[in-house]
Amino acid sequence: MISPKRIAVVATLFLALLVPATSFAQAGSTAAPPQFNDTTEAERFHALTEELRCVKCQNQSLADSNAQIAQDLRQEVLDLMRQGKTDAEVKQYLVARYGEFVLYRPRVEPTTWLLWFGPAVLLLIGGFVVAGIVRRRSGNRQSAAVADEDQEW
Amino acid sequence: MTPPAEPAHKSNAMRWLPLAAFGLLALLLLAGVILSRDGNREALPSPLIGKPAPAFELPVLHEAGRLVTSQELAGAPYLLNVWGSWCPECRVEHPILTKFAESKRVRVIGYNLKDEHSDALRWLEQFGNPYWLVLTDYTGETAIDWGIYGAPETFLVDGDGIIRWKHVGPMSEATIRDELLPVLAEVEAR
Amino acid sequence: MLPELGQVALILALLIAALQAALPLVGAQRGIAPWMAIARPAAYVQLLLVGLAFAILTYGFVDQDFSLRYVAENSNSLLPLAYRYTAVWGAHEGSLLLWALVLALWTAAVAHFSQRLPMPVIARVLGVMGVVSVGFLAFLIFTSNPFERLLPAVVEGRDLNPLLQDPGMIIHPPMLYFGYVGFAVPFAFAIAALLDGKVDARWLRWTRPWTNIAWAFLTVGIALGSWWAYYELGWGGWWFWDPVENASFMPWLAGAALLHSQAVTEKRGSFRGWTLLLAIATFSLSLLGTFLVRSGVLTSVHAFAADPTRGLFILIFLGIVIGGSLVLYALRAPGEEDGKSFEPYSRETLLLANNLLLSTACAMVLLGTLYPLLADALELGKISVGPPYFALLFTLLMAPLVLLLPFGPVTRWQREQVSKPLAMLLPWAGLALAAGVLAFFFAPQGSWKVAAGVVGAAWIGAGTLRFVWSRLRNPGSRFTAEMLGMTLAHLGVAVFLVGALLVEGLNVQREVAVKPGQTIEVGGYGFRFDGVEQRQGPNYKADYGTVQVFADGAPLVLMHPEKRAYASGGQVLTEAAIERGFTRDLYVALGEPLGGGAWALRVHIKPFVRWIWAGALLMMFGGLVTATDRRFRRVDTPPREVAR
Repeated sequence: MISPKRIAVVATLFLALLVPATSFAQAGSTAAPPQFNDTTEAERFHALTEELRCVKCQNQSLADSNAQIAQDLRQEVLDLMRQGKTDAEVKQYLVARYGEFVLYRPRVEPTTWLLWFGPAVLLLIGGFVVAGIVRRRSGNRQSAAVADEDQEW
Repeated sequence: MTPPAEPAHKSNAMRWLPLAAFGLLALLLLAGVILSRDGNREALPSPLIGKPAPAFELPVLHEAGRLVTSQELAGAPYLLNVWGSWCPECRVEHPILTKFAESKRVRVIGYNLKDEHSDALRWLEQFGNPYWLVLTDYTGETAIDWGIYGAPETFLVDGDGIIRWKHVGPMSEATIRDELLPVLAEVEAR
Repeated sequence: MLPELGQVALILALLIAALQAALPLVGAQRGIAPWMAIARPAAYVQLLLVGLAFAILTYGFVDQDFSLRYVAENSNSLLPLAYRYTAVWGAHEGSLLLWALVLALWTAAVAHFSQRLPMPVIARVLGVMGVVSVGFLAFLIFTSNPFERLLPAVVEGRDLNPLLQDPGMIIHPPMLYFGYVGFAVPFAFAIAALLDGKVDARWLRWTRPWTNIAWAFLTVGIALGSWWAYYELGWGGWWFWDPVENASFMPWLAGAALLHSQAVTEKRGSFRGWTLLLAIATFSLSLLGTFLVRSGVLTSVHAFAADPTRGLFILIFLGIVIGGSLVLYALRAPGEEDGKSFEPYSRETLLLANNLLLSTACAMVLLGTLYPLLADALELGKISVGPPYFALLFTLLMAPLVLLLPFGPVTRWQREQVSKPLAMLLPWAGLALAAGVLAFFFAPQGSWKVAAGVVGAAWIGAGTLRFVWSRLRNPGSRFTAEMLGMTLAHLGVAVFLVGALLVEGLNVQREVAVKPGQTIEVGGYGFRFDGVEQRQGPNYKADYGTVQVFADGAPLVLMHPEKRAYASGGQVLTEAAIERGFTRDLYVALGEPLGGGAWALRVHIKPFVRWIWAGALLMMFGGLVTATDRRFRRVDTPPREVAR
């Protein structure tokens, strides 16, 4: 039996379907490029989104990716920027939700000391080795200065 | 032949250094190969495990005008399953999810992400509705708070509103049996 | 029928390679002449067989034989003919066959151009290359057979990835592989020397041109990849420090260190151990690169399809080849430095510093590329290491190198008074600094980067030319091909610096929603969007946009960015429109359609971006020119007197 309640429900659903798709749409609203207030904001946005990783893509930055989630996150970043958040706060906001994976510049913490300081340590050790070699090899001061031009090459 | 004035260029130990370094590298790469066998390796671990679920207020799919808050759902655990009619993997997961939902072990709440109202309804009609309740998030803003980045994703939230478990990608029988049920048992025991 | 013949050819090639490896190596060890003599003919036969297999696979593509699984997965009936040829190396199996072919080519070349080398030496070198061939051919046959049949055959193939349907794609992998594989030659020589127990400067002199040529190919291969990513991927970037890019950059850095180290060892007898180690390291990094790209161990936009079984196979192969080489090195490396001594300030010291910096940079790239894997394996969570890390550390490591570079050529071997090169170069340092200061104030933005680029480039450029001038004006001194090559390569570094730093500092980008008829101002140019029309390509449908560019109000050029939807997979690609220029590129790409004829448009002005690849080309020419130096062919002249 068709009850009045059922008619009401169906009518509501029908009316809901008539509501313009834009209120539920995803592609249209976020595909439009963001309008920046000024170049400083644009530059800051670009710099920031280039340091953030698209969480779903195969190694692309938030700035470069066209994935839906990337578009949504870019909008989120812009909103946070306009709310007055600093770069660090924006990053922390995303890290709290997606983990450190989202940062292309890893944080300097004990788990990344090897990453950030390893090359410097390597350079230092290498420097000592080179110095050692040079010191050892320069013992023979009797050798004459290279006189023959030909020997330069 | 005069013996060389300089000491040995490399001590014996130093000569084995490159091999040792390579050995470590090879071990790491072996770990990489073993890890890459896991199909779900790309999934991001959630930083929200053990933390309170983000507060939300979302519309309900089947009841226009009704909003449900996270408060209302507190008191008993629930499984939040993120899906969309645009998501092919959700279809793969659907029968397994339905079977689990029918066991009535825990409330299975649907989270319809970035979808179209009519498409979502049609999808549920076509494949069946396993959900106790379907929330909708068409802008994706609340999803960001949850660290959701695609579908399907599934969260287990306990009675106190703490997120206990998250799974990215379609759940299989094994996932439910080996991962979800143990955590659920723990949650229910408290 | 034919593909089965191809398979047979590969199996035969494997057997020949095994012969080429086993007999000459044992023969050289035991002095069995007939066994050593097998090496050359085996190398030629191997080339024939692998060449045959490659030709058959190519034919399969051209003929569109969809009963071959590899062809079905990477081709399509609509694929234009040119791309049917290049699709052969579009995915894992075929590109591996290309690797094997290039290896066979280099091996045959070595066999041919080594007539004046003693038999034991050439036997060992070809033997070692045979071992590498065995590895790759076995890998092909057992895990990655390009001739696998698909029965029943499909009617339509899946298509070549549209990203790869592009001229740059034709040449980038072969160039890269020529580089990677080419480093097998100094590697084989290093192993031969270790097996022999001594490093003879004559044989090292013979290897130098091979190393330089390999490095030149790798340089152009990497540059092509960068250039291709720039115009094909649609985001205007030219380097992303992606794991696959890093996989090619590491052997490049090590190879650069190697060719400098070889120069010292050849001329002065010093650093034999380092040269050997670098030779092993460079080729090991080539092999490591192959592993990383094909094993699925790392995430990348352009890695091949992942397969852990293949990954395991290559890893075992790496273990044997690299592990074996390093064991040999540990046991047999030259014990004491047998070379001429040198003072603290000398070219030797400068080159040591050069190699230290290059090697550290290489290690840094390796560390950053593998760190996410390390963190994951140690259960420290998932982290990302991206361009901010690499760019910062690379710049820090290269800055001292840029500073020291001009001193190298003007500092003599063994001993030099610091005052002499300083006197020669200081005026130019001053000039460079002045240019930098000027650039700093004239740059509309990014002034630090611009200034750094200008100072660095001017310093290297002027310093290098000062060296050339001092050689040319001195009637007694020669200007050899080696010097010319070095000059070109160092100038290439300067040109590259301009490109890399200035484009980062000065580039302007805007992304706006535009309606047809609307003009936007970017970087002093006007861009009028004239709408988008539908066009049909051979295997795609395109949204063909038209943008009229104005400079100072006058029309400059018409640009046509496209968005192509490929028929086979529905994949949509952005084809950016690029207006090339000596001092800047104009770069326009279509974003998403916004309804009502409006589109999102991305406009970039990229100053000096071409200098990046021009610099790389110069470096490539430098490497090639150096290789032509006649002294490398004088293998018979005895080595220089070694001081005792």
